[in-house]
Amino acid sequence: MFDGYTASELMAIFAMQGFAGLILFSVLVLMALGLAIIFGQMGVINMAHGEFMILGAYVTYLTSIFFENYLPGLSSIYFFVAIVLAFIAAASLGAFVEWALIRRLYKRPLDTLLATWGLSLILQQTYRSVFGGREKGVSLPDWMMGSIPVTDIIEIPINGIIVMVLTLIITLAVYFVMQRSQWGAKVRAVVQNRPMAAAVGINTSIVDRMTFALGCGIAGIAGSAFTMIGSTGPTSGQLYIVDTFMVVVFGGAANLMGTIASAFTISQAQTILEFFMSGSIAKVLTLGMVVGILMLRPQGLFVLKIRR
Amino acid sequence: MSNFSKQKLLSPAELCGFIVLALLLFVVLPLSLDDFRLNLVGKYLSYSFVAMGLVLCWGYGGILSLGQGVFFGIGGYCMAMFLKLEASSPENTAIQSTPGIPDFMDWNQLTELPWFWEPFNSLGLSLIAVVLIPGLFAFLIGLAMFKRRVGGVYFAIITQAVAAILTILIVGSQGMTGGINGITDLRTMLGWDIRTDEAKVILYFVCVTFVFLCLLLCQFVLRSKLGRLLVAVRDTEERVRFSGYNVDNFKIFVFTFAAMLSAIGGAMFTLQVGFMSPSFVGIVPSIEMVIFCAVGGRLSLLGAVYGALAVNFAKTTLSEAIPELWLFALGAMFIAVVSIFPNGLMGLYTAYIAPVVNRTLKPVFAAVKQKLPSKQPVSESTTGAE
Repeated sequence: MFDGYTASELMAIFAMQGFAGLILFSVLVLMALGLAIIFGQMGVINMAHGEFMILGAYVTYLTSIFFENYLPGLSSIYFFVAIVLAFIAAASLGAFVEWALIRRLYKRPLDTLLATWGLSLILQQTYRSVFGGREKGVSLPDWMMGSIPVTDIIEIPINGIIVMVLTLIITLAVYFVMQRSQWGAKVRAVVQNRPMAAAVGINTSIVDRMTFALGCGIAGIAGSAFTMIGSTGPTSGQLYIVDTFMVVVFGGAANLMGTIASAFTISQAQTILEFFMSGSIAKVLTLGMVVGILMLRPQGLFVLKIRR
Repeated sequence: MSNFSKQKLLSPAELCGFIVLALLLFVVLPLSLDDFRLNLVGKYLSYSFVAMGLVLCWGYGGILSLGQGVFFGIGGYCMAMFLKLEASSPENTAIQSTPGIPDFMDWNQLTELPWFWEPFNSLGLSLIAVVLIPGLFAFLIGLAMFKRRVGGVYFAIITQAVAAILTILIVGSQGMTGGINGITDLRTMLGWDIRTDEAKVILYFVCVTFVFLCLLLCQFVLRSKLGRLLVAVRDTEERVRFSGYNVDNFKIFVFTFAAMLSAIGGAMFTLQVGFMSPSFVGIVPSIEMVIFCAVGGRLSLLGAVYGALAVNFAKTTLSEAIPELWLFALGAMFIAVVSIFPNGLMGLYTAYIAPVVNRTLKPVFAAVKQKLPSKQPVSESTTGAE
């Protein structure tokens, strides 16, 4: 499959495809982080995660419209406002859903899966009724567009860099919240031993709700980032949901390092394969490989060692 | 143990349920519906096979598969491949650059039939393939998963990934599978035109007959010792394992069995609807199939049939009248069946309607019993556990 390419062209292909892979990796990490927090913490499979992401994307779209119409002078920084709003919107919806639906189903993980699927259908149809079936795109401010030439064949798009920086910041923030803050300590205590955590005075149901809200909020940020590289339609979330689940399961739930490592593997494998064969076969190979590895190692790449 | 072994296949109440359903499907619906609507009911009924499989696999076995569309699809495709080959005989396809191969292959510049199409020239082999290929596929998935003790949500997600993979594969290799359009324009089966109204009525009755055969087969499985062990595995897997049973084999069996049932449904679907496409294989249709089972009642075989009928009827009616409402309704159904009535329509029936029915029918039963000579209680001996 390398026929007809010179060595330097191959290098360039790998660099460019590798970079495209890094962008996909960033979106996957952002989506999977939220999912991994929710799945790792509560064992809840949130099938509506993609729809929370799309909520973030729509909030970003609305913010961009608002800035264009009312604050045109500030439109170059609308994105930062949009990220915050997207987080707040998705997190509040998440907290509400946890209160209304999820908390009644903690004992039955398979039923949660079906209930959240139902929720995702309702959200999709809501988006379609409110925003219409056509895909919406935001107009990026000038400084986010264009690309930086590295060599004469390799060019790096700026919006890709922004997505990656954003991912890095969010990942670090999640790491500090989970590993260094008081609240993170509570979350980890509940994961490791729920009755004991409750016995020492942690309000586990509040912790659950906040964790779910945090996971959904991160999905909202992912949606915000998503608007920079693609347009948003009512069913865009569903396209990513299987990939995201594979990332979480492959990485080993409840382990942020695992999530990042598996998102990296999956996205790189897919984008590099994509260049040499049709996109569908690349996807099949990637998913097939993940399923195959999961059969050999069901617990995922990384395992959280807890004495039960 | 001994009181279980000689239990009858159907209890009196279940027998009544079967008779009511048989009257409905064999007599009431054919007499009251026109040919078009009857064909629709037949199509709904082909989904009830999937729902029955899920009752066994999910309701009794506790294994939620989100990839039943895969098996439904493979079954349907096997049938469609046979019908397509018959429809693309060299006489029918004389205008193509390569006569004798399906039209979509010709459009995609294929000049000969791919090797895996060859067996589908024969009806016998095709019918065997309808059941065997999905069964084998499910067996392999089950073997790989359950032997490694993958279960619960992990299993659900992996089956979902399998559904995604198969859809992408079918859509991607357009020349060999017909791609996103699927296999269309199916005409005859061994020279018998399946598109006429008359043929559709006959196929409806064939489908109903198969529904009942499969219902009885499932009932037999549930009544057997295997069925009881399945419930035990669902409720306390470790205890069954420590009692010396090989839990994985039961799971593999029930998953494979459910897959074969789905495949029969798929073949029935192809025959009655006249085409097969990847839109019945992927993630979304596969989860929708779970709702048929959940609405009917995940612990009731008859419920599976009613569930498939009710949900699909609602889908057709709502989509015709107010399309926007259908997804809201479907989403609400998913939420309602898990949080409000987990045992579905059949659960509601046993809780609220059955007592009333029993009260009104009690005098009738008493009268019947007096006329019949009372039976001796069966005294049984078992051949012992294996």
